[in-house]
Amino acid sequence: MKSISELFQRFRQYVMAFLLLVEILFFAVLSEYFLTPENLLNITLQTSLIAIVSVGMTMVIITAGIDISVGSVIAFVGVITAGFLKFNMPVYFSIFLAIVAGLFVGLLLGYFNGFFITKFKMAPFIITLVAMSILRGLAYIMPKFFGFEEGRPIWGLPDEFLWLGSGRILMIPFPTILMFLIFIVAYIVLNHTKFGRYIYAIGGNLEASRLAGIKTDKILIYVYMINGLLTALSGILLASRLSSGQPNAGLAYELQVIAAVAIGGASLLGGKGSIVGTFIGAMFIGVLRNGLNLVGVSSYYQEVILGLVILAAVLLDQIKVKD
Amino acid sequence: MLLLRMSQITKKYPGVTALDNVDFELERGEVHVLIGENGAGKSTLMKVLSGAEVKNSGKIFLEDKEVSISNPIDAQKLGIVMIYQELNLVPQLSVGENIFLGREPKKKNGLIDWNKLYDESIKYLSKLSSDINPKKKVETLSVAEQQIVEVAKALSYNAKIIIMDEPTAALTTKEVAELFKVIKWLKSQNIGIIYISHRMEEIYEVGDRITILRDGKFVHCCKLNEITREEIIHKMVGRELDKEFPKKFFQKGREILRVENLSRKGVIDNISFSLYQGELLGFSGLVGAGRTELARLIFGADKKSSGKIYLEGKEVEINSPADAIKNGIALLTEDRNKQGLILDMSIAQNVTLSNLAGIMKGLFIDKKKEKDVVTEYSNDLNIRTPSIYQITRNLSGGNRQKVVLARWLFTNSKVVIFDEPTRGIDVGAKYEIYNLINNLLEKGIAVIMISSELPELLGMCDKIAVMHQGKIKGFLDHKDATQEKIMILATGGTI
Repeated sequence: MKSISELFQRFRQYVMAFLLLVEILFFAVLSEYFLTPENLLNITLQTSLIAIVSVGMTMVIITAGIDISVGSVIAFVGVITAGFLKFNMPVYFSIFLAIVAGLFVGLLLGYFNGFFITKFKMAPFIITLVAMSILRGLAYIMPKFFGFEEGRPIWGLPDEFLWLGSGRILMIPFPTILMFLIFIVAYIVLNHTKFGRYIYAIGGNLEASRLAGIKTDKILIYVYMINGLLTALSGILLASRLSSGQPNAGLAYELQVIAAVAIGGASLLGGKGSIVGTFIGAMFIGVLRNGLNLVGVSSYYQEVILGLVILAAVLLDQIKVKD
Repeated sequence: MLLLRMSQITKKYPGVTALDNVDFELERGEVHVLIGENGAGKSTLMKVLSGAEVKNSGKIFLEDKEVSISNPIDAQKLGIVMIYQELNLVPQLSVGENIFLGREPKKKNGLIDWNKLYDESIKYLSKLSSDINPKKKVETLSVAEQQIVEVAKALSYNAKIIIMDEPTAALTTKEVAELFKVIKWLKSQNIGIIYISHRMEEIYEVGDRITILRDGKFVHCCKLNEITREEIIHKMVGRELDKEFPKKFFQKGREILRVENLSRKGVIDNISFSLYQGELLGFSGLVGAGRTELARLIFGADKKSSGKIYLEGKEVEINSPADAIKNGIALLTEDRNKQGLILDMSIAQNVTLSNLAGIMKGLFIDKKKEKDVVTEYSNDLNIRTPSIYQITRNLSGGNRQKVVLARWLFTNSKVVIFDEPTRGIDVGAKYEIYNLINNLLEKGIAVIMISSELPELLGMCDKIAVMHQGKIKGFLDHKDATQEKIMILATGGTI
């Protein structure tokens, strides 16, 4: 027998999945193009970049943290990766190097966030706000060091690199495949490994976790590093899709990512959240945007509607079940 | 005319009678000491008087007129002010702002009249012969100065009765002397003072009369020059021990834990002791004596400043709870909810949290094994729950304690430290916990039990260490230990 609140959490997931289905049917009725395989794949492609980051963000939020620097990390990593691609080297070698550099930078930035949060007891919101500001600035400055003008995109990337963002395997876009793989791995990590168990424990009660022998600082730093890594991956894919390293890429991404996690049922107070929920949350947003575009609702109205959807999802969490 | 008379005060909480027809009285210009063990009802009685708690029955007379006090504002209006042990000031505000918090003098235009506020503050402070600058932030003051501010605040309310709860607990000897001067002046102003303290020396120095409470009941009231220290202690603790403790004696094995000169600046002072297989060592002492802090040092939850810890004869370096657990030390904290359990996780997840390695199959948690392990512990310890997947928030205090204990059994602990193991647990569950401790001892595990309940220590422990101000004042064997001896040591005396 499960406890009532656990049942409610599961129930919430069914509700969200059902609402996603209703949403899909709704747009299917309004637009005959909506339900075509091509459009559905298109939705997963469009959503993949945000969805990948939301996996890392789910872990961060379960630990009762937050990372609002992800949009800036996407831009910064995109610029670095594009910069490395401009080095005069054999093309596959330079692609390899650029990807490794981009991912490494993401890990490092995550490490810094985690380091300041654990060693200096800084509020995650504040330290990642700092990172958000610094990295956005650096993203504009960096092109200078790769022979481009400050503040301008690094463009003219090799065609082989562009495959990452728009290539397909058996008709399915590569970012979509990556996204599904990452969700599956994250699901296993959160539900079936020690590390996952520790993440929930730390978010539920940091001090009790430490007194239970968990090396809480280490785990928290790892969580921010994973988030940095996934954000960097998203940044690389975005650079590939834009075929350039854009300093203004990923603006306000953090809001969409946090929205996906919140719609997915994670609690910003920590201890609660699930990968399946986040997947549904990300897809809900993706379907909404795609569908509204198809039926011709302007992007201004889309923002309002998205806000209302988040409100509704969070209200769902306020239905208190008395145990 | 009596200043205050409390008559037949009764206060009941669910399942407990905290005050049972208690009488108390106070004259003008008198310092009346209120004394009793932890849980005897002193705090509750004072909370009733200051409006923090509402009595179930009984009457309160102020200057022979019956008054009704149902909240702190009523009490304030009547001139009854309580100064809590953890002072109730706002650290970020100035001294003057604190004194007049919520009733700042206003100018005609509705803005705060700062000049008047600070002038009045100086007036009250100078009555207490204090030259604290009223514009200073409270957080920059010493504890002694903050107390003066509290007293000044009380004066500004035209206090007739000031209640002081362990006012000297955090003061130096010199500061205590200063405080006593202030108390003398308050007496000369015909203010009545109710003084709660455990320190025998100062009780005799500052007090006129004493009232002793025990188990929520009035025991005795007399002038302090008519009663000896021993008589006070006897009356405080004088209840018979009954058979509520399933004490068993086990063969004392080899030494498991040895602590040498362990210190943490300002908290723990040079503590040494040994602990043997199958031994139950109790730690007694008043609140603030450093018992919990000692447990946290041994467990690596806080950093020691010096000293050594040996396990089975080998010196071990313990810098974190993880190190302690690796070495077979376990701590069941006083506050199970904040420092023990992850309340929103299930029983199963809480039990295996410290030894997930014990249920891994390769990289993954073996949930089948987790279920088997936890089910076994749940049956052994008799955790009452419909399912081991129940979240621990839904369990009673006793069952929560058992979940934490199960966690430490699963880590193969050699030394288990219980901090207030039966606090907040009902009588039946207490007995179960004692039996579980016996089971640990029988297995050769060494147990430390910190407790504020003397009967529990006397009834269960092989040896009792008594702490006072961060030091061990003495060890008492099971057969010679008495409540009186413990109280003498715990209040800083020697036997």
